[in-house]
Amino acid sequence: MLAIFTWLADGIVYTLMGFQEGTRLADSIHFFVEDTTKILVLLVVMIYVIALARASLNLEKVRHYIQHRHRVTGYFLGSGFGAITPFCSCSSIPLFLGFTSAGIPLGVTMAFLFTSPIINEVAVIMLWSLLGWQFTLAYVVIGVLVGITGGVVLDLLRGERWLQSFAAKAYQQAATSPHSEADPTESGQKLTLSDRHEFAVEEVKEIVGRIWKWVILGVALGSALHGFVPEGWFAENLGSGQWWSVPAAVLAGLPLYSNATAVIPVMESLIVKGLPVGTTLAFCMSTVAASFPEFIMLKQVMQYRLLGLIFVILLINFMIVGWIMNGVSPWLFSGA
Amino acid sequence: MRIEVLGTGCRKCDNTATAIREVARELGIEAEVEKVTDPSLIMQYQVMSTPAVAVDGKVQHSGSVPTKEAITSMLGG
Repeated sequence: MLAIFTWLADGIVYTLMGFQEGTRLADSIHFFVEDTTKILVLLVVMIYVIALARASLNLEKVRHYIQHRHRVTGYFLGSGFGAITPFCSCSSIPLFLGFTSAGIPLGVTMAFLFTSPIINEVAVIMLWSLLGWQFTLAYVVIGVLVGITGGVVLDLLRGERWLQSFAAKAYQQAATSPHSEADPTESGQKLTLSDRHEFAVEEVKEIVGRIWKWVILGVALGSALHGFVPEGWFAENLGSGQWWSVPAAVLAGLPLYSNATAVIPVMESLIVKGLPVGTTLAFCMSTVAASFPEFIMLKQVMQYRLLGLIFVILLINFMIVGWIMNGVSPWLFSGA
Repeated sequence: MRIEVLGTGCRKCDNTATAIREVARELGIEAEVEKVTDPSLIMQYQVMSTPAVAVDGKVQHSGSVPTKEAITSMLGG
């Protein structure tokens, strides 16, 4: 079915624009046309379908599901909901405080916040269309694990000691005297199909309106890499034999603050050109999940010690992901 | 009437405040629009998705930039 986009790009680039097949420039442009059209069409269709399904999910419900759970279940739920809940990073602070003041452990809340930027429907759709389902599955599992381990380690180190005092107070109050709240899963009225349709159309407009520039930018960068970096260059210079390439990729990704949308097309090109899968993932996650604007926001509710701790945990996590994936990828993607 | 736009300072919060001022002016309603960015105050309102709008201390809307119709009904127009 996706072959239609290859065919479309053939028509536009070779026939309409008259480029000679096989030149670097034509390769790059073909890649750009095929991927932008494919991704944008898939995004519109899939975001609509997903939004139909989750129209009735909101943060109050999520909090209700996570609250009063066993801690271990909490980590999985926190990370899992982080993956599926639509959520803008500008809401991190109210969400953090909403969870904390409901007595949800810091690690569970952070499992949500760690996983949320790594996994979202846009990232999954793009990975699936560019790199196939095995890679997408591996990415999702790793994203959830990064969130869970981050949360568990924070709780083991008793990170809640270093919350800002008003947040710590709210957490303790909730832990000692849990006030029962109305069950948000019962109060809301049932959504009709036309309500869901309306919500889904708004979601498509909102999300695609926000990310289309990033798709184009990401694919343009990917296309440039695709056409102009020689085959196997990365494999020779930054192959998995060099253990230091993983920490180097994590550090390189740090100052680049971007979202998954722009990074994924670049990832695809890097992998195709022979950069090891683990190194590429470490780079991608460091770019997407550890961003300075986010940290500056979190400063409002956390002391520097806790922020520093979170930062270090994330970096170590990404390096471990990189090394493990470099180690197992020969078995995972024997064909690619 | 006192209107507070709750949010930690993203662009949507600015858009919300602007939209409310505009509708209030169109309706000829005297409304004092104020942006609340202090996280501890937002927590007291128990709001988890921003931007949110509180009218005279009561939360009326949260999670998005409200539509013109929603603002009109919040202002009682």
